Amino acid sequence: MSLDEASQPRLARGFRLRQDAARGRTVVLGPERVFEADETALATLALIDGERSVATIIDTLVAQYVAPRAEIAGDVLEMLADLVERGVVTS
Amino acid sequence: MTPPSTQDPLALSLPESATPAPALRAAASVPPPLGLLAELTHRCPLRCPYCSNPIELARQAAELDTATWLRVFREAADLGVLQLHLSGGEPTLRRDLPDLVRGAAEAGLYTNLITSAVTLDAARVNALAEAGLDHVQISFQDADPASADRIGGYAGGHAKKLTAAAAIRAAGLPLTLNAVVHRQNLERLPEMIDLAVALGARRMEVAHVQYYGWALANRDALLPTRAQLDAATATIDSARTCLKGRLTIDYVVPDYHAARPKACMGGWASSVMVVAPTGRALPCHAAESLPNFDFPDVRTHSLAAIWNHSEAFNRYRGTAWMTGPCAGCPNAEIDWGGCRCQAHALTANASNTDPACALSPHHALLATALEHATTTHFTYREPGRPPAR
Repeated sequence: MSLDEASQPRLARGFRLRQDAARGRTVVLGPERVFEADETALATLALIDGERSVATIIDTLVAQYVAPRAEIAGDVLEMLADLVERGVVTS
Repeated sequence: MTPPSTQDPLALSLPESATPAPALRAAASVPPPLGLLAELTHRCPLRCPYCSNPIELARQAAELDTATWLRVFREAADLGVLQLHLSGGEPTLRRDLPDLVRGAAEAGLYTNLITSAVTLDAARVNALAEAGLDHVQISFQDADPASADRIGGYAGGHAKKLTAAAAIRAAGLPLTLNAVVHRQNLERLPEMIDLAVALGARRMEVAHVQYYGWALANRDALLPTRAQLDAATATIDSARTCLKGRLTIDYVVPDYHAARPKACMGGWASSVMVVAPTGRALPCHAAESLPNFDFPDVRTHSLAAIWNHSEAFNRYRGTAWMTGPCAGCPNAEIDWGGCRCQAHALTANASNTDPACALSPHHALLATALEHATTTHFTYREPGRPPAR
């Protein structure tokens, strides 16, 4: 279950991203759960597909956002590890 | 049916600031519901003595038809509902269930089937998966087959659940194992957790019985001891640690040993709407037990009108209705005064503070009930046969 830059994460079965028009936000829906995704989470979750590696995802985000790679890598790995622990993402 | 968790609204957890801020609640418009609990039928092969259906069970002839349910689902999605819980009774007894799932999925709703699973085989599971079902929750009465069949009042039920769970996993559907716990099965909570892992469930809901309706009639046979509760809490804590990342455990604690009441449904009509088999819209699954209510009918009223404007949904919203120790209490927006159905069931006044609160003048009723909980005899749920009280 450990996650590193070589991992190829995807949303666990039963979880999906959805527009929540009534509340003007994007959410991750899962069994008895609603997670509100912030901008960073959304950008990352939009890229995870079970094929892209975490390293590729980080590189893509580095190209989108003006921030050092180490900083983005730290944020992405921390968020994905947390979501793996909660069962939202599998790697 | 399996009693829904009243600790959180359907155990919906909103860890990242998804709950409307108090300032929003006070605004003129009511925040829309996140969940719809659709009780498709009260029919069920099981006879659990803690069934959360009302004492007066709806007959099949009185159930909403397919077209009405589909309209209700579309209205719910338009109103802002994200998740649909298809429940009962036993929802798989509805022959139109795959059509209902398909319609709900087309409306964009996340569909969750809450089932006893004794009527599910691989063909029916595949039809539901094909229709777009997102998730299945199976109730288990115990980890020991003989005890499970006795509690559910249905011979061979446990074995059928095991088969159905395998079919659900084979179809690739995510599975939650729901375990309703009480004095007669709590000793086997560790085995129930092992069962969830063995069946490939990624989530487990351990819910202590909540005492209304049938469960209240069986309270003497079900209330756990303090020692059992403490052991269960320790078991949950340790399982959560060693199964982190493999199994998420939601735990609904019992309130008869508590000093503060549960925030029932997250507050009256705050995030979940229930529609009973006959079309009556309710702020919680047990609300039909409350007298002097005119619960609106979805056949004649839109969900939006019911949610925003009906007297029944507005009566206990927020804190303005509170009296006694609740009025002005610093916890008023934490526990919302506890449970209206419990207040009515134990004090004959639904507006009273929930007696689970130590500040309630009726709090001693709970200690008395715990002292009387010594029998093992069940009065099973039977349509048309209300339990003697």
